[in-house]
Amino acid sequence: MNERIKRLRTQSRTVIPHLSLERAKLMTEFYKTGASQKFSVPVARAHAFKYFLENKVICINPGELIVGERGPEPKATPTYPEICCHSLKDLDILNKRQKISFKVSDEDKDYTREVIIPYWNSISIREKIFAQVDKNWIDAYEAGVFTEFMEQRAPGHTVAGKKIFTKGFLEFKQEIHNSISNLDFYNDPDAFNKREELRAMNIAADAIITYAKRHSEKAKQLAEIEKSEMRKNELEKIAEICDYVPAHAPRTMWEALQHYWFVHLGVIMELSTWDSFNPGRLDQHLYPFYQKDLDRSLLTEDEAKELLEAFWVKFNNQPAPPKVGVTAAESNTYTDFCNINLGGLKEDGSNAVNPLSYILLDVIEEMRILQPSSNVQISKQTPDRFLKRALNIIKTGFGQPSIFNTDAIIQELTRQGKDIIDARNGGASGCVEVGAFGKEAYILTGYFNLVKILEVTLNNGSDPRTGKQIGLETGDPRSFITFQEFFAAFEKQVNYFIDIKIKGNMMIERLWAQNLPAVFMSIIIDDCIAKGKDYNDGGAKYNTNYIQIVGMGSITDYLSSIKYQIYDKKFLSWDKLLEILGDNFEGNEEILKNLTKNTPKYGNDDDYADSLLVDVFNIVFKAVDGRPNTKNGTHRINLLPTTVHIYFGSVVGATPDGRKAYMPLSEGISPVQGMDTNGPSAVIKSAAKIDHLRTGGTLLNQKFTPQFLKDDTGIEKLAHLIRAYFKMDGHHVQFNVVSAETLREAQVNPDQYRNLIVRVAGYSDYFINLGTDLQDEIIKRTEHSEF
Amino acid sequence: MELGIANSGIIFDIKKFAIHDGPGIRTTIFFKGCPLICWWCHNPESQNFKPENFINPKNEDKHSENIEIIGKKVSVSDVFKEIEKEIIFYDQSGGGVSFSGGEPLSQPEFLLSLLKLCKNNEIHTVLDTSGYATEEILKQIQDYVDLFLYDLKFIDSTKHEKYTGVSNQQILKNLIWLSENGSKIIIRIPIIPGINDDNDELNKMRDFISGLNNIQGIDLLPFHKIGKNKYIKLNLLYKMENFNEPSSELMEKIKLKFEDTNVPVKIGG
Repeated sequence: MNERIKRLRTQSRTVIPHLSLERAKLMTEFYKTGASQKFSVPVARAHAFKYFLENKVICINPGELIVGERGPEPKATPTYPEICCHSLKDLDILNKRQKISFKVSDEDKDYTREVIIPYWNSISIREKIFAQVDKNWIDAYEAGVFTEFMEQRAPGHTVAGKKIFTKGFLEFKQEIHNSISNLDFYNDPDAFNKREELRAMNIAADAIITYAKRHSEKAKQLAEIEKSEMRKNELEKIAEICDYVPAHAPRTMWEALQHYWFVHLGVIMELSTWDSFNPGRLDQHLYPFYQKDLDRSLLTEDEAKELLEAFWVKFNNQPAPPKVGVTAAESNTYTDFCNINLGGLKEDGSNAVNPLSYILLDVIEEMRILQPSSNVQISKQTPDRFLKRALNIIKTGFGQPSIFNTDAIIQELTRQGKDIIDARNGGASGCVEVGAFGKEAYILTGYFNLVKILEVTLNNGSDPRTGKQIGLETGDPRSFITFQEFFAAFEKQVNYFIDIKIKGNMMIERLWAQNLPAVFMSIIIDDCIAKGKDYNDGGAKYNTNYIQIVGMGSITDYLSSIKYQIYDKKFLSWDKLLEILGDNFEGNEEILKNLTKNTPKYGNDDDYADSLLVDVFNIVFKAVDGRPNTKNGTHRINLLPTTVHIYFGSVVGATPDGRKAYMPLSEGISPVQGMDTNGPSAVIKSAAKIDHLRTGGTLLNQKFTPQFLKDDTGIEKLAHLIRAYFKMDGHHVQFNVVSAETLREAQVNPDQYRNLIVRVAGYSDYFINLGTDLQDEIIKRTEHSEF
Repeated sequence: MELGIANSGIIFDIKKFAIHDGPGIRTTIFFKGCPLICWWCHNPESQNFKPENFINPKNEDKHSENIEIIGKKVSVSDVFKEIEKEIIFYDQSGGGVSFSGGEPLSQPEFLLSLLKLCKNNEIHTVLDTSGYATEEILKQIQDYVDLFLYDLKFIDSTKHEKYTGVSNQQILKNLIWLSENGSKIIIRIPIIPGINDDNDELNKMRDFISGLNNIQGIDLLPFHKIGKNKYIKLNLLYKMENFNEPSSELMEKIKLKFEDTNVPVKIGG
C-alpha cells in the first residue's frame, strides 16, 4: 500500500460517523415549495432527487483518485425522513449509544424539532406501514416472531450488472426516449403511468450527469489553486473523467471505477436501500478495461492496484444509515453489506478467474477495512490456487473473503426460473443471498423466528413472555400422544405466522410502489426501462421476496430434545419439562446436563437430529416458496441471520435443548454454539442435509485458530473440506479464525466452546480438552501470530 | 493360527477430520490397550485394555461431572458406519481411515474385520503401529493395509526394554519383513532428548532404515509434554517431568542426519 492509500485509509478509519441533515434539509425544502403537488409521484421523486444532487455539497478529499461522497464529507451519514422520521429521542439514542453511534449536533436537533418532524412525522412510510398492517401482524412483530425490513429501509437488495460498465447515461436517456415512443396509448391501459415513470427516469439520468459535472467543476477549481504539480495534474484528470462519465460509457479502468461510483452514490442517495448495492462481479467487469489499459501502457499493475484501493476507501466512507428500534436490535452495524464477488463462471460457463481476480485479493488483504465486504465464488472449475490464495487471506483472521459455491448459486437461480446466462452472471450479495445481478429485485422482507413459534406452540398459542394470545390454539402439549401430533401443531402455527407475514408483505410492497418509487435505480436494473415500470413496482426482470429463516440449529435441537426425552426415551414428562423451562433450569442441573450432553444434536452427522432439521426445512419451504408477491414475482426462503439471532433469542425463554432464557439462538445453519462435538467434517455433513438448492442462500460459520491454518497442510485440507461441502451442494461457508481473546473466553466458559479445535504440536485437539497450562501456551502463541 | 472375524472391540475415540495421521482427510480409530508402556506416551489412556475413568483433579469431591469414562466396547458395524459417513472427504482429499491407538495389532480380529470392510469398499487404510505383534498376525493383516506408520524408537534392545517395557527384536523383524514384502511404510521416530537423541542411537536407526525397502518417508516427532495432564487425570506417575522438549535447532540437525537415507524426512506427523 503506498503513502497516498495509507493516508486515505487512515482518514477513513479514524473519522467518527456522524449524522448529516443535508439530505433531509434539501428534500424538505423541495417538498415544501409545493412543487411536488404539480407532478405525479415518480416525477416528483425525480425532481426531488435532482434538487438534492444540484444543491448538495461537493466533496473532493485531499489525495483522492475516485471522488464523490454521499454526505458533505466522509462518514457524514444522511437521514431519509420520507422513510423514517427520527424522533428527538431517536437522535439522543444515536448520539449516546455505546455501539454504532452517530454524533448529532445540537443545531441538527433543533432543526429536526422545528422543521423535519413537523413536516415528515405523520407522512413517513414507516407511519403508513404501521397504520395499514393488521393487528395480528403488530402482535407477532412485537412478540419477536418476525422483523420487517421495509419499516425503516427501502427495498434495496440488488446488484449492478454488466451494463453499468458498458453504457453511459446519455445512452440510457436514449433508451428511455425510445421506450416512451413505443408506448401504445390505444391498447395499453397502463401507458400513461409508464410515461410518467419513464419521464421520471429521464430526469434522474440528468441529475446524475449534473452531479458528476459539479465534481468536474470542483476539481478544476482545486487544480487552479493546487501547488503540487503532480496533484494538479491528477485534479485535472479527475475533472476530465467526471466530465465524461457517467454521461458516456467508460473507456479506461479509472473511468470505469469513477463511473460506477457515481451510480453507487445515486442509488444510496436516492433511498436508503441499505442492503448490498455493489458492483457485483468486479473482476469480470473491470478486466477488459484493465487489459486495454495495460496494452496501451496507460496503466501499470501497481497503478491499477492503487486505483482499486482508492475505490475501496470510498465504500468505507459510507456507513449504513442509522437504524433504530427493532431494526437496530437485529442488525446494528456500520456495514452496508456491499459484498464484492470474485471468481465464479463466465456467462459461457467457463472459469472466470483472471489476473485481476488475484490483484483484487491482494487489495482485500492489504486494505483490511470493514467495507466493502468480499467473497470468492468457487465452482468445480475454479483453480485450487485461487481458493488457497483466498484461504491464506482468511487465515489472517480478518473474516474476508467468504466462500460461495458457484455451481449451487446457478442451480438455485435456475430453479427459481431464471435464464442460465442470467444465473451465471449472478452471484451472492448482502450476507449470502443469491441474485441475478443487474436484473433482479430480491427483497429481504424480514427474519422469521421459528424458535419463538415453537415456544408459542408449547404454550397453546400464547406468548409466555407477555401472556398475550398471539398464535392459534393448537392444544396443550400434554394432550399430544405422539411426537407427530406435536409436530403437526407446530406446523399449523408456522403456517399461521407465515400467512400473517406474507399478507403484510403484500401491503407494504404496494405502499412502497405507490409512495416511494426508486426512479434512479430503475434506470440501471433491467427491464425497468423496457417495461416502463419502477424497480419498486415490478420493473425488474425478476422479482423475488425472501423470508429469512433463523435458528435452524436451535430449532432442531429443541425438537430433538422433545422427541428424544419425552416421546422416545420417556425420560421426561411434559409436566416436568414445562416446569423446568419455567424455572429456567434452576435446581435441575442433572436434567439440564442430560438435555445438553446426552441428547442428539444437529451438527454431528447424526440422522436422529438432522432428520428433524429436514422436516422443519420442508414445512417452511412449503409455507413460503412459490407464493406470489404483488410484482409478478414470488416468495422464497433463505437461511441467514445477520445478528438477529441475538435479538430473537432475547424474546424467547428457556428452551428444551438446554438454552437458558433470553440467550442467543444459533446463527444461520451453524450448529448451536458448542454442540457440534465431532469436528468440522461432521458439521459439513449435517449442514449438507439441508436442500440448499431450494433456498436463496444459507450461511454456515466455522471457527478455526490461526495455528490450524498455519502451514500448507492446514490450508490444503481446509480446501478439501470446502470442495467436499460444495460437492454436496452446500451454498456458502465462512471461516472465523479465532483470536486469543476468544480462547480466553473458552477457558472461562468451556461448554460454549466444545467445538473449538486448535492446532497443538504436530496435531490438533479440542481446546477445552487441553490442560490449563497448555491452553495458556496456545493463547500466547495465538497472540503472537495475531496482527 | 487363522484370525477369525470379530464383532466388536474396544476403542477410546473416533476422530474425524484427522489431518495428521496419513494422507488427506482421515477418520482415525483409536484402539484401546497397548502392550508397550512408553515413558513419553502422550495418550496414557490408550494403554489399559479396559475402560477407565478420567478424574478431573481440580474438584476433590469426585462429583460425577468430573468423571469421564474413557474407552467403550463398540461393534464393527457401528465403527464402520462412522467411517462410511466420511467417504466424500476421503474421495476429495485422497484420504481414508487410520487405525491408531493404543496398539491396533493387539486386537487383531477386530482390526482385521474393519480392514476387510474398508478394502471391500475401496477405502484407503493406514495402520499406525508400534510393530509389536507376532509375525503370524502381521502376515494376515498386511494385504489390507495401504500404508504403515511404523514406530522406531531404538535399535538398542536394552534401552527399548527399559523405556517401553518390551524387547524390540520382534518389532525390528516385523519391519524388515514388511519392507521386504512390498508394504509401503513411513517410519516414525519420536525424538526424546536424553533418551534416544544420542548420535550413536540415531546413527544406528539411520543405518537400519537405509537397509530397508519401500520406505516412503521418515517423520521425526519431537517429544512434547502435552499428555501430562492426562497422567494426572488417570492418577498415574508422569516420568518425563525432568526431560526437555527438543529445540527446533536439534530437530533440524537430526533431520539432516536422516536425509542421508535418501528418504523424505519431515519434522512432525
